[in-house]
Amino acid sequence: MLSRDDISETINMIREENLDIRTITMGISLLDCASEDTTRLCDKIYDKITTTAKDLCRVGCEIEKTYGIPIINKRVSVTPISIVSQNRDSGDMVKIAKTLDRAADTLGINFIGGYSALVHKAMTNADKALIDSIPEALASTSSVCSSVNVATSKTGINMDAVRLMGTVIKKAAYLTKDTDSSACSKLVVFANAPEDNPFMAGAFHGVGEGESVINVGVSGPGVMARAIEKAGKCDFGELADVIKKTSFKITRMGQLVAKEASKRLGVPFGIVDLSLAPTPAVGDSVALVLENMGLEMCGTHGTTAALAMLNDAVKKGGIMASSYVGGLSGAFIPVSEDAGMIAAAESGALTVEKLEAMTAVCSVGLDMIAVPGDVSEETICGIIADEIAIGVINNKTTAVRVIPAYGKKEGDYVDFGGLLGRAPIMALNSRSCADFVNRGGRIPAPVHSFKN
Amino acid sequence: MKTVVSVVGKDSMGIVALVSTKCAALGANILDISQSILDDYFAMIMLINMDKLNVEFTEFVDEMEALGKTNGLEIHVMHEDLFNSMHKI
Repeated sequence: MLSRDDISETINMIREENLDIRTITMGISLLDCASEDTTRLCDKIYDKITTTAKDLCRVGCEIEKTYGIPIINKRVSVTPISIVSQNRDSGDMVKIAKTLDRAADTLGINFIGGYSALVHKAMTNADKALIDSIPEALASTSSVCSSVNVATSKTGINMDAVRLMGTVIKKAAYLTKDTDSSACSKLVVFANAPEDNPFMAGAFHGVGEGESVINVGVSGPGVMARAIEKAGKCDFGELADVIKKTSFKITRMGQLVAKEASKRLGVPFGIVDLSLAPTPAVGDSVALVLENMGLEMCGTHGTTAALAMLNDAVKKGGIMASSYVGGLSGAFIPVSEDAGMIAAAESGALTVEKLEAMTAVCSVGLDMIAVPGDVSEETICGIIADEIAIGVINNKTTAVRVIPAYGKKEGDYVDFGGLLGRAPIMALNSRSCADFVNRGGRIPAPVHSFKN
Repeated sequence: MKTVVSVVGKDSMGIVALVSTKCAALGANILDISQSILDDYFAMIMLINMDKLNVEFTEFVDEMEALGKTNGLEIHVMHEDLFNSMHKI
């Protein structure tokens, strides 16, 4: 028999503390769509996506109704487009992006990920064409998300790709200057990108995956913040237990929904992503979790340690709750999507440098950070290189989603609305790194990657 | 299949009757009720067997939520499996 307390706890988590399933993401392989003719390729891609995922939204709504759990997003990720579109120029690539956008529109999903290239060692001609096309592709579509993997711990850092991304990000910012450079909010630069990540903008369906798969991401910062607040003054051992127990419950909910979606859609269950994903809603904030652990404001001394402990305990609790854990699995610290992070950045307590340190102990990276529009391409490359180096050396995923907001300066704001939220423009170090990032070539793989 | 129905709202006469009458009409058998009043606020949790439901499950959810709305109550229907998976190992 269920206990009244357990029932009340679950109801409170959902009604008061913003617990939800952040996303059910269906990964779809497009490898069988490859064709020499671009129109034919686009048709095959459109048909494959709209056929495979035709029931995604309907099933998502049914599950939402059956279990009484809000399922915020239904999304699709596809095979990195550069792999299925060899021998094409940037113009053809943009056509494919528009096809993805049209498929997303037909399905009624809000994002489709996989306009991606994996260039951690070097670039094929198609990779280069895709990367060159990213600004126009993102500026001329609304649902397409793009990611580029520029490094792995095994191969080192492709600095030629990093340099290219500096140009791409600035151009994407310019092309969407009327909407606060919004294209940059749909573009992620990765190190060690996971192949089964359900979260946007970095989701793509890896080449090691099957025909299709269901991956689920849960939210939960609001629940975690409240649980820690309720625990009151306790030592770190007890605090870790509170986090683990809460994470277990959140993840079990994700596992239940993932299994059910997999069953109803007839698509294999892939993974549950354990990440605590914040929203701009008051209280649903990773910064608030850290502050409830005893920090006056997120970003002060002690923040990295608090985040490290939180992230580790979330994983320990979550791993037992799901048969397969994957994706990014950690605490997200996007600035614009987290009310507590926004407040900390506004007050000056949270700086880009502190955020970078925090990314060494959590997933994913410098996320949704707005910087002055006049920042140079090289400085963006420097930001990317620093963040990617943290991932490569520590054998973890890191990423950069930075928005050089065109025409804006420190103290101004960008506002994307919805889940992407709003962010103050943060200050950057004004010294140049141009001679460093313009060297070209590849930073060799770290010595500890040679494990064979 | 069992479902948990939670009812929250300002206390007034006949809430239990209102909800249980609706359940009976839809073929939902009430297995357990726990109810309390705190500061004028009524809170009830019901465990319901849905095996003999005479409408589709989603229709039951809509009917109960609509009943809540017209009577100033918040009524939520949630599958028992959610609670079992979150609170039992």
